Amino acid sequence: MSGRTTLDKLWDDHEILRREDGTSLLWVDRHFVHEGSHHAFAKIAERDMGVRHPELTFGVADHYVPTRGAPRSADIARMIATLTGNAERHGIELFGVKDPRQGIVHVAGPEQGLTLPGLLVVCGDSHTATHGALGAYAFGIGATEVAHVLATQTIWQKKPKRMRLRVEGALHPGVGAKDIALNWISTLGADGARGHAIEYAGSAVRDLSVEGRLTLCNLSIEGGARSGMVPPDAVTLEWIAGRPFAPEGALWERACEAFLALAPDADAEYDREAVLDASEIAPIVTWGTSPEEALPVTATLPDPARAETEAEARRISASLDYMGLGAGRPLAGTPVDQIFIGSCTNGRIEDLRSAAAVLKGRRAVVPGMISPGSSAVKAQAEQEGLDRIFAEAGLDWVASGCSMCVGMNGDLVESGKRCASTTNRNFRGRQGQGARTHLMSPAMAAAAAVTGTITDARPLLEGRS
Amino acid sequence: MPGWTVQEGRAVALPLENVDTDQLIPARFMSTPRSEGYGGFLLHDLRHDAEGQPDPDFPLNAPGAEAARILVTRRNFGAGSSREAAVYALVDAGFRVVIAPSFGDIFSSNAVNNGLLPAQLDAEAVETLLAACPCEMRVDLEAGTISAPGGAVGFTLDRVWRQKLMNGWDDIDLTLAHDSEIGAFAETRKRAQPWTWPA
Ligand code: SF4
Repeated sequence: MSGRTTLDKLWDDHEILRREDGTSLLWVDRHFVHEGSHHAFAKIAERDMGVRHPELTFGVADHYVPTRGAPRSADIARMIATLTGNAERHGIELFGVKDPRQGIVHVAGPEQGLTLPGLLVVCGDSHTATHGALGAYAFGIGATEVAHVLATQTIWQKKPKRMRLRVEGALHPGVGAKDIALNWISTLGADGARGHAIEYAGSAVRDLSVEGRLTLCNLSIEGGARSGMVPPDAVTLEWIAGRPFAPEGALWERACEAFLALAPDADAEYDREAVLDASEIAPIVTWGTSPEEALPVTATLPDPARAETEAEARRISASLDYMGLGAGRPLAGTPVDQIFIGSCTNGRIEDLRSAAAVLKGRRAVVPGMISPGSSAVKAQAEQEGLDRIFAEAGLDWVASGCSMCVGMNGDLVESGKRCASTTNRNFRGRQGQGARTHLMSPAMAAAAAVTGTITDARPLLEGRS
Repeated sequence: MPGWTVQEGRAVALPLENVDTDQLIPARFMSTPRSEGYGGFLLHDLRHDAEGQPDPDFPLNAPGAEAARILVTRRNFGAGSSREAAVYALVDAGFRVVIAPSFGDIFSSNAVNNGLLPAQLDAEAVETLLAACPCEMRVDLEAGTISAPGGAVGFTLDRVWRQKLMNGWDDIDLTLAHDSEIGAFAETRKRAQPWTWPA
């Protein structure tokens, strides 16, 4: 028998039973809920059921929270109040709007030490894969499944196929986790890893900080994978140690042993392998309306006339048309109307530091907003003086929340406007009806701010840390 | 939710790739309680022009399309967000079957949990069906076939999902039957790996 992958180990450790048809009932260690979980709470209320393990369930206000002042509408205020009411009713600990632990669920959970290696983590949000960066098996679920987890602390799943994605070699300066992710998604397609659980491996992944790994795992879903994981190592353990909800003392020592044992066996077999060369990765920017429509910043836009099939030509034309771009033109130099730095993809302290490295001593020529991924990140950034760099550059430093990633709180990009954004989805209308989104790294968004165009950040980073 | 075996009715084409969940239901509609119905939100911003008027050229706005039960579309349908509201919008608009070469994973599970069949077919077969739309189709879950004017084709669907759609199973009831095993598992886990409970 061949050895086990990290997914195999986690799966075996959570399987309560397996039905004849091959579906497993899995134990859920951590369940995060947010304002969008209202459908699920309504479903258990309809059946007069309670939350089976409120002590394993945590609530976070993020999708609808205001980033400036009061909620923009009664509807938005109601969404936040509904979450508060449901948390109170069921005895769920809530990181609410005023709580210093508040943040985007995929930033706050790991940051508070609630996400640990070896845990099975679910949340009614597709970017739950983020938590896999710490060696947890984490995936997003829909409202019916959320209701099921609330009621039973378990979930029925068929085991996904195992995929190992190795990134070997060293990244160039100014290139980071976001670029690795957009690179593989543009190569394999937005459904390229469908049905697979990804384990990220290779020297470039090992060399990433936990922040970078969180960004990498976060984007797994944009390539079709429901989960992404980095097997725990010394970097993981050092990052978690001492966080508020992490185990302490002798228990921490015991836990660490178990955590490190989750690394894949040397003879583990995967259903699928893919390899990227880190040294070939350049800063990447999306040009279209799917994360797979991404190119190195040095490239030219595609031309439908050169497409291989008619369907592809039509797709390219439709995307260019929506984005207001000309076929075959250079991507760099495209003027932007505004920038946004934040979200569960790139709202962590390192992201803000890398944007600040570009912005320091420079002025933005287009408006922009920077929303930290959590209230704790906000406090830390302010302690480091990053907020002053942003203010001096003329950008708005606002409170933490999902904000302009999805616009549910009213932070929207106007129709027809072009936004350089560190978020994860360039879908049509994602940031607002008719909005045009270009996904990129925080350094690249900062470079767009100071030049007013899509720009290679690398020259602007020369001589800076 | 009642189970079903056969769906017969109007099929319409949505010849687009990557129709993501933000297209299926834009975020701004998602604070609405389900009891108000989500059908009107389906593909809202693709169906309407900038003035909010229905776009007559959009396939779902064609005469007769309002009665459609089957949607035929291109690859990576339902990619993106886990929002089950995307499925509510389809179901409340009357759809029971979506046919595509590939689907977003979370979308597929959400669909099955709401009685909506995500029928997977190879891209070529989908193109044939797209060309036949609008037309009457018959989808047989038990046989795993789609019959259209040009002939019948088989679709693939996970065996468990097929059963679930046919029986209209509710997972919570199924799970509660295993209550004692779940309780025992939780006890053992807490004893063997106490750190898995928050400190
Ligand atoms: S920041 Fe964006 S992607 Fe992340 S949880 Fe919030 S809305 Fe979803």
